[in-house]
Amino acid sequence: MTSAAAVALGHLDNLWIQVSGTQCNIECRHCFNNSGPRATTFGHMTLEAVNGAIAAASARGVRDIYFTGGEPFLNVELLEMIACALAVAPTTVLTNGMLISDRIADRLAGLANDARYSLEVRVSLDGYTEEMNDAIRGRGVFRVALAGAVRLARRNLLPLITIVRTWDDADELATLAGFARVLKEAGCDRPRIKVLPPLPLGRELTRIAGLQRDECVTTAMLDGFDRDLLMCSNSRLVTDRGVWVCPLLVEQPDARLGTTLDDAASSYELRHQACVTCWRYGTICGNVSGHIEGPDLAGAPEAR
Amino acid sequence: MKRFALIGGIYSNWRALETALSDIARRQVDATFCLGDLGAFGPYPDRVFPVLQQAGVLCLQGNYDHSLACGLADCQCGYTDPRDNHFADLSYDYTFRHTSPAHKAWLGTLPMSRRLDVNGTRLLLCHGSPRKINEFLWESTSPDGFLAYLLDEAGVDVLCVTHTGIKWHRDLGGGRHVVNVGALGRPENDGTPRVWYALLTIGATSGVEFIPIEYDHEALAADMHAERLPAEFIETILSGWWTTCLEVLPQKERARGRF
Repeated sequence: MTSAAAVALGHLDNLWIQVSGTQCNIECRHCFNNSGPRATTFGHMTLEAVNGAIAAASARGVRDIYFTGGEPFLNVELLEMIACALAVAPTTVLTNGMLISDRIADRLAGLANDARYSLEVRVSLDGYTEEMNDAIRGRGVFRVALAGAVRLARRNLLPLITIVRTWDDADELATLAGFARVLKEAGCDRPRIKVLPPLPLGRELTRIAGLQRDECVTTAMLDGFDRDLLMCSNSRLVTDRGVWVCPLLVEQPDARLGTTLDDAASSYELRHQACVTCWRYGTICGNVSGHIEGPDLAGAPEAR
Repeated sequence: MKRFALIGGIYSNWRALETALSDIARRQVDATFCLGDLGAFGPYPDRVFPVLQQAGVLCLQGNYDHSLACGLADCQCGYTDPRDNHFADLSYDYTFRHTSPAHKAWLGTLPMSRRLDVNGTRLLLCHGSPRKINEFLWESTSPDGFLAYLLDEAGVDVLCVTHTGIKWHRDLGGGRHVVNVGALGRPENDGTPRVWYALLTIGATSGVEFIPIEYDHEALAADMHAERLPAEFIETILSGWWTTCLEVLPQKERARGRF
């Protein structure tokens, strides 16, 4: 079998923080890290631990901070953590939107308005109808999550609606148009949408059992490839149980690189199917304006 | 002490460019630098080349210029939204078809960055970031620590970029500055038709002054209409609000706009 390529951490652009572990208030059919109400693979992080990670990343010149889970809003100290993060870097929260009450939306809008840097709230939806969404994310989720997104939009905190692609390519434009129409009708009058590929991990792996191929990212696949598009080249994930190479591989024991950011800078072999998905689509976890394929300036003609 | 005019994001707006260069000529600068993206959005892309060349503007290559010079399929702005891609394609296809082979070849000869040393103050000029020609350095997503890292890596005290189309300046202390010079080609999503460039002073106290340019934007809109460019592009020139290429805007910059 061809050996997997190794990718070194360049600059720590992105710090991911799994603040609520794998605890979630819903149980999505395609969840890549098996989060759910009873999932205890990872636990909640303390405010002290999160602040420590933010300080360490800030000292390294981190560009973006992301809060993920599970459902981050299950961590009762999340708003304080966001305030700490926003003081040093643009900050993104990945949420299912179900816990965004008027009070939480007011607090988020206040934090966003007071900060020099952007606060992005990414709300996951997987369908633009109750039927389409709830078949994946659970009964009753569509209505509550959409209401959460609308609360943010009404405060001009324009949520980034994150959707896992579960439709055929031929239906792409009609599906995205459907999302835009429903979001506008609901009150998100300037919908922002990010589409993610399904990830062959967690419950999705169980769902597609038998369909997946045994692949890894080889050295040849990285020849001429823009490595900045791979999370492992610019990101690390901190959890209550150590530091992982990226948020996707959090259930893979070999992807745990150390206890602290200091000892998690080693290179990593891209031996998982999810690495192939990351290689194929690029920048799948970051925000839209994160890493974009393009020519490096290193070695480019320079004038003096 | 040295004073430089820094322009960027011309986007084929030859009318704003002429007005800005007239303004710059009155200010007695030591040099004028263009940080790239000569084409996009606007009409008659060949018209900006003689204007820049006759004024002796020292140009860098932007991602649009790189795409045109290399015959790439798109502008390398990285849109994934179908609507943004639709308009980016219209803009790029028009610009590609109406830029002469000689001008495309000239774009390919431009450097991607330029270093200056002004009495020991080290400057780097580039289009997107020191790392990538198309990396967006927005004000709200460029933390101080990250900017300090970019300066350290590049070994400079002052970094000047464009690419986003919206100006900003960060004084990091100790004589270290990062400046996004903004764009002359289209307004900066603030509801006014004016466009901007930057005057950079390097000396005992270095600093930046952003200069607004009011130009005949209605004449440009008429040019664009005559060239059958999309109504959405014309609306931006007239209203000052961005109507396309919105996907890459971070939350803060997006929320300030209308669309």
